Amino acid sequence: MRVTIWGCRGSVASPGPETVRYGGNTPCVEVRLADGTPVILDAGTGIRSLGARLLAERPAEIHLLLSHLHLDHLVGLGFFQPLFAPGMTIHLWGPQSPVESLEARISRYMSPPLFPVQLADVRADVVMHDVPEEPWQIGAATVTADPVSHQGPTLGYRLEEGGRTLTYIPDHEPAIGVDLEHVEQDWISGFRLADRADILLHDAQYSAEEYADHVGWGHSSINQVVTLAKRANARELVLFHHDPFHNDAELEALEVEARRLWGGSGTAPVLAYEGMELDLS
Amino acid sequence: MPETPPPETPVSAPREQKSVVLILARELAANIATPTLVTDAVGTMVYYNEAAEKLLGQSFRKSGELPAESWREMVSPSGVDGSEIPYEELPLVVALTDRRPSHRPVMITGFDGVKRKLAVTSFPLIGNGGRLAGAVTIFWDLD
Repeated sequence: MRVTIWGCRGSVASPGPETVRYGGNTPCVEVRLADGTPVILDAGTGIRSLGARLLAERPAEIHLLLSHLHLDHLVGLGFFQPLFAPGMTIHLWGPQSPVESLEARISRYMSPPLFPVQLADVRADVVMHDVPEEPWQIGAATVTADPVSHQGPTLGYRLEEGGRTLTYIPDHEPAIGVDLEHVEQDWISGFRLADRADILLHDAQYSAEEYADHVGWGHSSINQVVTLAKRANARELVLFHHDPFHNDAELEALEVEARRLWGGSGTAPVLAYEGMELDLS
Repeated sequence: MPETPPPETPVSAPREQKSVVLILARELAANIATPTLVTDAVGTMVYYNEAAEKLLGQSFRKSGELPAESWREMVSPSGVDGSEIPYEELPLVVALTDRRPSHRPVMITGFDGVKRKLAVTSFPLIGNGGRLAGAVTIFWDLD
């Protein structure tokens, strides 16, 4: 697998000179499987640039895995050019709902007055999938999705191919009102997904001080994400879903704190940035 | 020569990941004063909070997770007048098998051997995909 980050900002797109090093686009991660199949994680504003590239490439199939349907993870879908290209096939995967199909929920965004084009008007062949509760295959990759603790139905994903593992949990509050350091591991939201992952891309929205005012908002403090990664023995932690109010310097201060908490062993945590490439081949 | 553990050393296999539905139920229970007990989909008692410890007569730290048949046998629920309650009419059994809330007053024997009259309400926990994750039971002391 080869991984490219096209957007790693949380909540709302935040372009500007103060965010230029890490980027202002909202979540979108491209994963290229060994056979070249593109798997896209989330459809934040970062998907616009990726879509232009895929339109030129015209792969046989594109798999788009949505962690959840909050707007920062969905808003780029209407600007994903392959969606409007006849002859392209896009598999769209998302969390289950007890009341509405995935298509009906996405159509709430892709319909007037929020958006001028309706989902029914796209020209690609779009196949909607409720994410199954058991692992499934995309090419040679095994994909596991588990519901995780956030606001509303939200999934984390684990992709395994060729003995390497990428875990993606962009929006996650792994413990609320309990001690993440000491709670049993089977009681930690997202633990199975993160367990011994080669790369863990994880929500790192708040400092410890900021988190105190945002308990229950569905996002992690830097302390929580480092604790989770260490308990799960993740090899490399990539800090993701940057707060839209954090400028580059503030993000770098969070990275310093994450490295202090991580300690001296193994690969130190790093901040995700637009254009970042990670090789899992 | 490498050290090998003695044969009586217990080997703890990692337990299966709990569903986020159960995790959130436990987090809620751990932070409220309403006596609350959480079970998984087959009735295994996976958690009860401090307020429930007083009514069940033992800390959860001491009892740990218990299979359904074990803890049901230990607390031996009956009607408040001592009459037998058919198994399928126990609130927790109704919640898990019929997937609906159920309430009734019962007499239980705590882990400490003390009989207590409780109002018991159980309701199922069903995930967004329709899978039964478990049930929550709340108690109210009638004594």
